[in-house]
Amino acid sequence: MSSQVEPIDKEEDEAWFASAAKVYPMEVKGRFRKIKWAILFITLGIYYFTPFIRWDRGPLLSDQAVLVDFERKRGYFFFLEIWPQEVYYLAGLLIIASVALFLMNAIAGRLWCGYLCPQTVWTDLFFRVESMIEGDRRKRITLDKQPWNAEKILKKGTKHFLWLMIAWWTGGAWVLYFADAPTLVYDLATGQAAFSAYVWIGILTFTTYSLAGHMREQVCVYMCPWPRIQAALTDEHALNVTYRYDRGEPRGHLKESKKRIADGLPAGDCIDCNQCFYACPTGVDIRKGAQLDCIQCGLCIDACDSIMTKVGKPTGLIAYDTDDNIERRERGEASVYRLIRPRTVVYTAIIALIAGVMLYAQLNRSMTDLSVVHDRNPLYVQQSDGSFRNGYSLRLLNKHNNEQSFTLSVEDMPKGATLEVVGIHKNADDVTKDTQLSLSVDADTTRSVRALVFSPAGVEMPSSLPMSFKLVDTETGETTVISDFFRAPGK
Amino acid sequence: MAEHKKEIDQVTGIETTGHEWDGLKELNNPLPKWWLYMFYGSIVWSVIYWILMPSWPLVNGYTKGLLDYSQRAVATENFDKAAAERAEIGTMLLEASLEEIRDTPALLEFAMAQGEVAFGDNCAPCHGTGATGFEGYPNLQDDSWIWGGDLDTLSTTISYGVRAEHDETRYAEMPAFGRDELLEKEEIIQVANYVGSVAGLPTQEGVDLEAGKVIYEENCAACHMENAKGDLETGSPNLTAPTYLYGKSVEDIIAQVNAPRHGVMPAWIDRLGETTVKSLAVYVHSLGGGQ
Repeated sequence: MSSQVEPIDKEEDEAWFASAAKVYPMEVKGRFRKIKWAILFITLGIYYFTPFIRWDRGPLLSDQAVLVDFERKRGYFFFLEIWPQEVYYLAGLLIIASVALFLMNAIAGRLWCGYLCPQTVWTDLFFRVESMIEGDRRKRITLDKQPWNAEKILKKGTKHFLWLMIAWWTGGAWVLYFADAPTLVYDLATGQAAFSAYVWIGILTFTTYSLAGHMREQVCVYMCPWPRIQAALTDEHALNVTYRYDRGEPRGHLKESKKRIADGLPAGDCIDCNQCFYACPTGVDIRKGAQLDCIQCGLCIDACDSIMTKVGKPTGLIAYDTDDNIERRERGEASVYRLIRPRTVVYTAIIALIAGVMLYAQLNRSMTDLSVVHDRNPLYVQQSDGSFRNGYSLRLLNKHNNEQSFTLSVEDMPKGATLEVVGIHKNADDVTKDTQLSLSVDADTTRSVRALVFSPAGVEMPSSLPMSFKLVDTETGETTVISDFFRAPGK
Repeated sequence: MAEHKKEIDQVTGIETTGHEWDGLKELNNPLPKWWLYMFYGSIVWSVIYWILMPSWPLVNGYTKGLLDYSQRAVATENFDKAAAERAEIGTMLLEASLEEIRDTPALLEFAMAQGEVAFGDNCAPCHGTGATGFEGYPNLQDDSWIWGGDLDTLSTTISYGVRAEHDETRYAEMPAFGRDELLEKEEIIQVANYVGSVAGLPTQEGVDLEAGKVIYEENCAACHMENAKGDLETGSPNLTAPTYLYGKSVEDIIAQVNAPRHGVMPAWIDRLGETTVKSLAVYVHSLGGGQ
């Protein structure tokens, strides 16, 4: 029997898995490198220093501008204060973020991946540290090949030490978003901080060190879902880092090209110097066209432009362009750049709409609120005078920074109906039944009370009477009306 | 063993694995090595986990693991921790009077929460989850009470029960007028009809209510009072209230006068402790019928 499935020996087994070829990106200078440096400094600056920004919210609340306070169940973002029931703001922010990602993709491909993604920013920083210690591409390749000697140990040791320091600082900044930053820094330094703070710093140190130092482009190629998703979202008008093969091909070394031109043969501008490939942080040859591994950071554009300038040819052999335009130029037509297209307009509209809704909700955010839950069991109770009583659980919200007093009343009940709130009365002995009661709620908290509503004696009640509770802030006059029902056996 | 020849796919230029199914060949795109190492790492981790943590089921029991971890122990620990956290407010509750608890929002909120849970665990089987009671088990929602509905009285009733095995329990017993032959059958019918008329119930035809009234005054008024509104001091029910413990008809009243039934409520103080009893009193009072 001749089987087509061969038994695999050990050597073959190795072939199922491949070590990632280490990428040694070359340092480049140019426009996109400058942009990337600027973004790196801005984004890391925001990340590391935001917890130290102060924002005055009065004596009771935290003065940290950006803080997620799990203990007191509050989120703070400058002028915003978010209670747990307002987490939909977070949902709104996430929707805006994802649609912004789509919009970026529709305008110029993987702008997020190339410039803004934390993986890219931290990897870029780690590359910079690496080349500062070990030198540029060629020196690093040589160093990796040479046997372990004092120089190699010193260089590698210094690099890993610096990487760990950056990673540790990254983890340290992370925990500052969840507690008062200056206090926590002091506590961490003196060993008094919560155990979980150290654990989180440890986790973030490990992930930063391994993802930015060791995993690098593997994260983008194998772990991240976005390259797959964005490939499905792109269209022929989205700008991408593109090798303009219409101008570059046929490629050849400078001398070869000159010879071909002398012979009257066609010769492209690409001199096959491989600088674009050497500069690439993910090890991509952009001349093979758009590919999943390419994060479109633009560094190959810088590498190519500097070579083109040296050989006296126009820059922009690699540039933000579209395949559509290359085909147009090959047909002798002019390039077209369409920034305003249905999808960019729709994405922008969605972002504007959600941002508008959130802004409206924020501007009209109520400072007080009331929730009412009618007793389920029993729905009503008959009193000995024949009248009926309904019980309700009320929760009063006070988002003000000071104790606030309210009047609570029932509306739309027959004349003579009374209200009682357990624990609220005018004098010590007497339980107060009234049509309107005063009660207060402490600063920045909720108060739950039990309210009892009594129908007047001798009045025939329907089985279900729509009524409402009205809560009025006596200071600001802010009024909340919550509808409910008064139940009775009916006829 | 036949030597495996490397085969390169014409279209992609990638080597195949040599596997073929119905003419389809698999390309060999190798997985990254680190992925393989993570797989090995997770196998190693699982072995470490088996050694350290409870894992393998055995015929009797299971492997305990070196760390001696137990979810039950953690649950007990958390329970003790929660009890310790509650101790502070529990002490405040113990020291405060019932009125103070009712009038201090923080104490009230805690007592209501604790009382609700304790009620569900201990009281609901007889009085119902909504505290509306059943026949023979008093309704705690309405404003009709046998022993009284103010905070201190409720606390006493919950603590020592009614006709319970406790020295301080509340005790009241109505004589069995029929069974013990204290009244004639005719007299029982007359008095029951009279009580029914006071409570606004339809009475039986041809019964002498005046005679019933005389019998009531001689035999019943001592406890249930002249106006039939009962007496909280002696635990004598209000006979004019809209709720009757053992049924609301003249026939039910006849049965009760003939041979009364007496419910028993346990004393809770030793079982639940003073803090919980206080919370229960506040909770029951807050249901709405409290006085």
